[in-house]
Amino acid sequence: MGPVNVESNGRPDGCALVTGGSRGIGAAIVKALAAEGWPVGVNFRSDSESAHAVVKEITDAGGRAIAVQADIGDPEAADTIFKALEEEFGPVLVLINNAGVRADGLSPQIDDDDWAKVIDTNLSAAFRLTRRALRPMIRNRYGRVINIASIVGAERANPGQANYAASKAGLVAMTKTVAAEVARRGVTVNAVAPGLIETDMTENIGDGLLQHVPARRAGTPDEVAACVRFLASGEAAYVTGVCLTVDGGLTA
Amino acid sequence: MAATATREEIEQRVFQALEEFGAEPDQIGPDAEFESMDVDSLDLVELAQIVEDEYGVQLKGEDMEGITTVRQAVDLVMSKLG
Repeated sequence: MGPVNVESNGRPDGCALVTGGSRGIGAAIVKALAAEGWPVGVNFRSDSESAHAVVKEITDAGGRAIAVQADIGDPEAADTIFKALEEEFGPVLVLINNAGVRADGLSPQIDDDDWAKVIDTNLSAAFRLTRRALRPMIRNRYGRVINIASIVGAERANPGQANYAASKAGLVAMTKTVAAEVARRGVTVNAVAPGLIETDMTENIGDGLLQHVPARRAGTPDEVAACVRFLASGEAAYVTGVCLTVDGGLTA
Repeated sequence: MAATATREEIEQRVFQALEEFGAEPDQIGPDAEFESMDVDSLDLVELAQIVEDEYGVQLKGEDMEGITTVRQAVDLVMSKLG
């Protein structure tokens, strides 16, 4: 796979991959990238119906997308997903590590499985996907890796989420390091850290938090996706190694 | 493809890659040191990727250790091709 053709908009031919793209923030990101003209791979683990609904919405609007089932916790998943997309759309030039899980509990009650599952999905799988993505990005002199982190982690303590916080803080540290490694190849690596966003995943955890949010409301998946869309664009070429917080002022 | 690659072909491909990485053409040669051509560790990672894509030879980090010249790199690829 050598350097590819550069389209008139200044970016090479290729596609985007969003892990956990069937619902919530992931689905909003898929739609935002498709609207920018990227063919998108919508990775999902279990919710096939939602993933295919997202794909249909994009193709009905004249965009290109395919659903790719894989549990990113499986070490083989990265290669499976990338091969499927390379065959269909060409190299993955935009990778959004969005898939994440929670297994909350106060630390004395988090067992090894709940610790390992969260670290593996949120951090280790993101690393494996990033590693697989970098080679074609480096060869093409264009790449955007965007890791969906959280304000829970380096920014803020949220009791009951020691495993989640550790995974997300690790993700931000990985983001910065990889960004510095590959910057001179036109590949940027950034993180987006959402605060309280209305999704299935944040159901039941927001009520106490809302009063601390200066914006006095929860954010929407589209507001997170807008940040991702910018970081994925050609215009963001000089932005790398940052973590962009989207939290209505919560950590300000 | 792997079986038919000659030493000269691989050497030429490495030269071409080095030029892509920004090495001065008149500095590139079999005994040129990567360091003196300002070829760094990320360049060598990409070179390994090119070799893997085009000749089907996998070069790991440990294989690349101690490789400082074009000739050594070509020797390594040739030995992996068997």
